[in-house]
Amino acid sequence: MRLINQQLSPVAATALKFAPFLVLILAYLLGSSLRLAENPNDKLLPALTSIADAVDLMAFTPDRRSGDYLLWTDTWSSLKRLAAGLGISTALALVIGVCIGILPFFRALLAPFVSFVSMVPPLALLPILFISMGLGETSKIALIVIGVAPIMIRDLAQTVLALPREQIVKAETLSASSWLIALRIVLPQALPRLLGSLRLQLGPAFLFLIAAEAISADSGLGYRIFLVRRYLSMDIIFPYVAWITFLAASADFGIDRFRRWLFPWSQLEAGR
Amino acid sequence: MTALTLRNVWKEYGDQIVIENLSLDIAPRSFVALVGPSGCGKTTLLRLLLGQERATRGTIMLDGAALPDEPGPDRGVVYQRYSVFPHLTVLGNVMLGPELQSARVVGRSFGAARRHLNEAARQMIADVGLAGSEDKYPAQLSGGMQQRLALAQALMMKPRVLLLDEPFGALDPGIRTDIHHLMKRLWDERPMTVVMVTHDLREAFTLGTRVVALGRKRNRPEEADRYGASITNDIDIWPPRVAGARTLFNTEYALGWDDPTVQAVTSGRPDQPPET
Ligand SMILES: Nc1ncnc2c1ncn2[C@@H]1O[C@H](COP(=O)(O)OP(=O)(O)OP(=O)(O)O)[C@@H](O)[C@H]1O
Ligand SMILES: [Mg+2]
Repeated sequence: MRLINQQLSPVAATALKFAPFLVLILAYLLGSSLRLAENPNDKLLPALTSIADAVDLMAFTPDRRSGDYLLWTDTWSSLKRLAAGLGISTALALVIGVCIGILPFFRALLAPFVSFVSMVPPLALLPILFISMGLGETSKIALIVIGVAPIMIRDLAQTVLALPREQIVKAETLSASSWLIALRIVLPQALPRLLGSLRLQLGPAFLFLIAAEAISADSGLGYRIFLVRRYLSMDIIFPYVAWITFLAASADFGIDRFRRWLFPWSQLEAGR
Repeated sequence: MTALTLRNVWKEYGDQIVIENLSLDIAPRSFVALVGPSGCGKTTLLRLLLGQERATRGTIMLDGAALPDEPGPDRGVVYQRYSVFPHLTVLGNVMLGPELQSARVVGRSFGAARRHLNEAARQMIADVGLAGSEDKYPAQLSGGMQQRLALAQALMMKPRVLLLDEPFGALDPGIRTDIHHLMKRLWDERPMTVVMVTHDLREAFTLGTRVVALGRKRNRPEEADRYGASITNDIDIWPPRVAGARTLFNTEYALGWDDPTVQAVTSGRPDQPPET
C-alpha cells in the first residue's frame, strides 16, 4: 500500500502525537543529568527540582520587595498588551479589509498603501515608537499593531475579493444595498477567515510583545526573561518560555473552537 | 408586463468578440429558451440582460427604457453555480431577499413580519421540493438541490424578469419533471418574463414559448475570436403557448409521460397521461 494511504489505528495516532514531546523531555532530562554529573553548579540545563523551586518562587511565593506573585503579574501585563494590540489589529483588519474588498474607491486609495506599509520591518520602527510615544504601554501596543495589522488587512481584503462575483450580483438582485451586502453577505463570510488569520498572527504578536518588553518595561513575561538572563537563571527562563508557549497554543486552540461554534458552515465548506 | 429589446448589441472582451450585432425582441410574458454550443456566449448574454456587464455597443431596453446600469430586484437570476450563500441555511437563503428589502439598515426582520416571511419561505421551499431541508447548509445539499434553492430564493423577490442559466442541468428526470411543472405554474401565475439557457432541446421545446439558438455564423478556428455569436435560429413554438392559458396540446402532461424511463422514476402508472 502507498504510504499516503496508510491507516493509523487511534492508539498509534495518539502515541505518535505524544512521541515528539516525550523525546524532547527525555532529551532535556538526559542532557541535564549528564551536565550536572560533571559540574553540580552548572546553570545551563537545571534539574527538574530546581525548575520546580523556581516555579514555586515565581508563581506561588509573594515577591519580597513588592509582595506580588510575579508570574501572574507578568502574565497579566503581557496579556493586556497583547489583547489590546491584537484587538485593535483585528478591528482595523475588519473595517479596512472589507472596505478594500468591496469598495473600488477604498481599493484604489488604500490597497497599494497597505501593501507598502506591510513591508516596513516593525522592529526597525521600535526606536521611533519609543522616542515618539514614550516608554509606556502605547508604544508596545503600537508595535504589535504595526506588526500584524497590515498583514491581516491584506489577508482579509484578499478573502473578500475572492468571493465569487456571482454572489455579490445575486445579492444585488435580492435588492441589497452596498451596506447590506457588506453586512449580510461579505462580513459573515469574512469573519471565519479573520479568526484564522488572527490565529496565524499570534506568533508574530508575541514576538513583537517580547521584543518591546525586553527593551523597556517594569513587568511582563518578556521583561522577566530578559531581566533574569543577567543571572543566567535558566531555571526561570525555561518555565517562562513553556508558559508563553502554552498561552499561545491555548489561544490558538480556543480561537479555532470559537470559529467552529460560531460559524458551523465554515467547517462544512472546508471539508468539500 | 415586461418586454426586453436588444438592438445591435456587441460584447467584446479585449480582442475577443463574444456577441456580434445581436438584435432580439422579447415580448412580455414570453418564456425564451436560449440554446447554443458551449462557449458561444449564452451566459454572457444573460449577464448583459442582468446588468452585470455592459454591452460594448448597442442598446438594451427594458419596457422601452434603457436597462439600469446595475442589477436590481426586478431581474432575478439563477446562475450555473455560486447562486446560493454558503453561510446561510436553506431557510435563511430563501428569506434573505425579502429581509434585505424590508430592513434597509439591519438586513433582518423580526417579530410578526419575520413569522409571516418564515411561513412564505417554507411554502416556497416546499414548492421546489426541498421540504425537510430547511435547516441544512448549501454544502450539505446536492448540486440539483442547490439549484432548486437558488430558484426559490430568486422567486421570493417576485422578479419581472427571471434569468436562468442551465438551472436544471444537474437534476434527475423525475425531479426535473416536477420542477418543470413548478416552473410552468409560476410562469402562468406571475407576470414574469423568463429567459432560460439550456442544453436540453426537449426542455427548451417543452417549457418555452420561443426557442432562440445562439451560434457563430463563421466557424473557422483561426478566426474564432474575430467573429462573435448572434442568433442563428429563432423558433416560435406552435401552437402558441400563452402564460396562464391552455393550449391545443395539453401541456400540463408531465414531461415524458410517454417515456418509460421517466415513468419508472415519477409514478407507478404506465400507459396513460397523468391527470392534472
Ligand atoms: N470575463 C470574461 N473575460 C474574457 N472572456 C470571457 C469572459 N467571460 C466569458 N468570456 C468568453 O466568452 C465566451 C462565451 O462565454 P460564456 O460563458 O458566455 O459561454 P456559454 O455559452 O455560457 O457556455 P456554456 O454553455 O459552457 O456555459 C467564452 O469563449 C469565454 O472565453
Ligand atoms: Mg454558460
